[in-house]
Amino acid sequence: MKVNKTLVALLVTACLLSACSDDKKPISATDGSQNATNGIKDASTSGLNASSGLNPQGLPNVNAGLGADGEFNDPNSPQPKIIYFMLDSSDVQPDFVPVIAAHAQYLVANPSLSLLIEGNTDERGSREYNIALGEQRARSVANLLLAQGVSNAQLRIVSYGEEKPAASGNDESTWEQNRRAELVYQGK
Amino acid sequence: MNFFRIMCVCAVLGFSISSSHAELTIEITQGVESALPVAVVPFASQGVPVDIRNIVNADLERSGYFKMLSEQAMISRPSTPAEVEFKNWQDLGQNYLVIGRVNPNGDGQYSVEFQLFDVYKGSQLIGYQMNSSIADLRKTAHTISDLIFQKLTGKKGVFSGRIAYITSNSLGNKKWTYQLQVADADGMTPQTIATSNEPLMSPAWSPDGKQMAYVSFEHKAAAIYVQTLATGARTRVAEFSGINGAPAWSPDGTRLALTLSKDGSPDIFVLNLASHALTKITNSLAIDTEPTWSPDGNNIVFTSGRGGKPQLYIAPSQGGNEQRLTFTGDYNARASFSPDGKYLAMVHGNGNNYRIGVMDMASRTINVLTSGPTDESPSFAPNGTMILYASRKGGTGFLSAVSIDGKMQQKLVFNSGEVREPAWSPSP
Repeated sequence: MKVNKTLVALLVTACLLSACSDDKKPISATDGSQNATNGIKDASTSGLNASSGLNPQGLPNVNAGLGADGEFNDPNSPQPKIIYFMLDSSDVQPDFVPVIAAHAQYLVANPSLSLLIEGNTDERGSREYNIALGEQRARSVANLLLAQGVSNAQLRIVSYGEEKPAASGNDESTWEQNRRAELVYQGK
Repeated sequence: MNFFRIMCVCAVLGFSISSSHAELTIEITQGVESALPVAVVPFASQGVPVDIRNIVNADLERSGYFKMLSEQAMISRPSTPAEVEFKNWQDLGQNYLVIGRVNPNGDGQYSVEFQLFDVYKGSQLIGYQMNSSIADLRKTAHTISDLIFQKLTGKKGVFSGRIAYITSNSLGNKKWTYQLQVADADGMTPQTIATSNEPLMSPAWSPDGKQMAYVSFEHKAAAIYVQTLATGARTRVAEFSGINGAPAWSPDGTRLALTLSKDGSPDIFVLNLASHALTKITNSLAIDTEPTWSPDGNNIVFTSGRGGKPQLYIAPSQGGNEQRLTFTGDYNARASFSPDGKYLAMVHGNGNNYRIGVMDMASRTINVLTSGPTDESPSFAPNGTMILYASRKGGTGFLSAVSIDGKMQQKLVFNSGEVREPAWSPSP
């Protein structure tokens, strides 16, 4: 641990000298290793994301937002990329089975592509329980893709629970839009 | 051991606050009828940058226990015991009187003195002299509030405590800035502990109040960090595949209960912070999450979906016999123990109405304290008298507080963005 403590001291010093030199800017919780591989979340660029101009044109809103984070929005991949769920449920509704099947075919045909499945919930209930519910939704979608021959290595899931709402408000139409799994294509 | 990396963080608690920085204001939305009349006279002071009287007055008023006399209604303004005419204050219907003085005593230090009197007995109840730097004058004022509160109610004051909370501000285009902040218990002097463009969640104070555990998605996946507040240095303590969530400190500060889904479904684990040993506490196929320790450290209460809907369960903190605790309401989640272990606050949902309920652990009955419809994240004040929680109305989130009998309610209004997941610091 002694080495680590020295490392911390050095890194803190480095931070103080660089990213934190201007105390009027919001201080980022990001660490050095992240900045090395993915500089977009550096404190100095927060809210002024330089890579947002790279987003492909003409995609639905959801991908415009996600694409701004440097993810790969494959314009040839199937639409839609949002799977909606019923209240407190992680069962894929029959309407979305063919949608997921289309994505499965596309992933099988393009084994170099990978897919991030982001699970989300509406705002009701407790936040950490919603993280768990969102993960179950993402897992339901992943399980259908796996059953149709997609490789496990092509899939990653994350749950944001109610932390990244697609719409804000407190009525049923808002909640419906937020109970969702978003499919985000990423380059290998 | 790769999940136990020590890393740098730029967040420094002493980070300067610009004038445009968001601050909380507190409105009392429901008070207690039996509040005691108290007069706090403006302190005699020269060129002191902090109005101690106003801070003490606001603290006592906010507690709901006292009815404060306005400055305009005062017919005299004594600042020394010799100047006090008790009859003046009896005529104004006051039970208690506070006077004080602030004087520079060189080196930028101030001497702060105050006395609390019983107006009808005509006697001093307490009197203190404290030295304070300019920077600590607010803190000194809150300490005075704590001393007065304790003398008059017999309960420990919580005014010198702090609250942690999460804010989110929309940047448009489905992007947000998330901040973990710590402010004084009156909402003043907020300081940013961590900022990210990915969600920050679930702040939890260590029992000594020196560290904060929280969840960060900054790497586009959940991880749990423990950050030392004084230095900003932090350790990533859990970074498994899937959920790393809901950190809760053991009362002795050596372990974190947390939620991991690395084995498939989310389960409760206990992580020993020194040895890094991980013990699995629950093992259901359903969702198990939101662990909280009983103050004696013997039990863990958690939310589980194993019965179809989220309900609270209790298990020994080393795992084993799991028993269901809640049977009324179709949604009971996110439990939080009172400091004496006698009460358990929770999110209590019925239909579309999510309110804060409190269970008496002896009788196991639930008393619903708030009106909903989207109340969440209850956190007890360290003296057990109030519960801080998050509410939402018209799409914005704010903090509220309610006394554990439900009689006193306050709203903490943030002047920008959404504020949520409050956590009251433990007793110093």
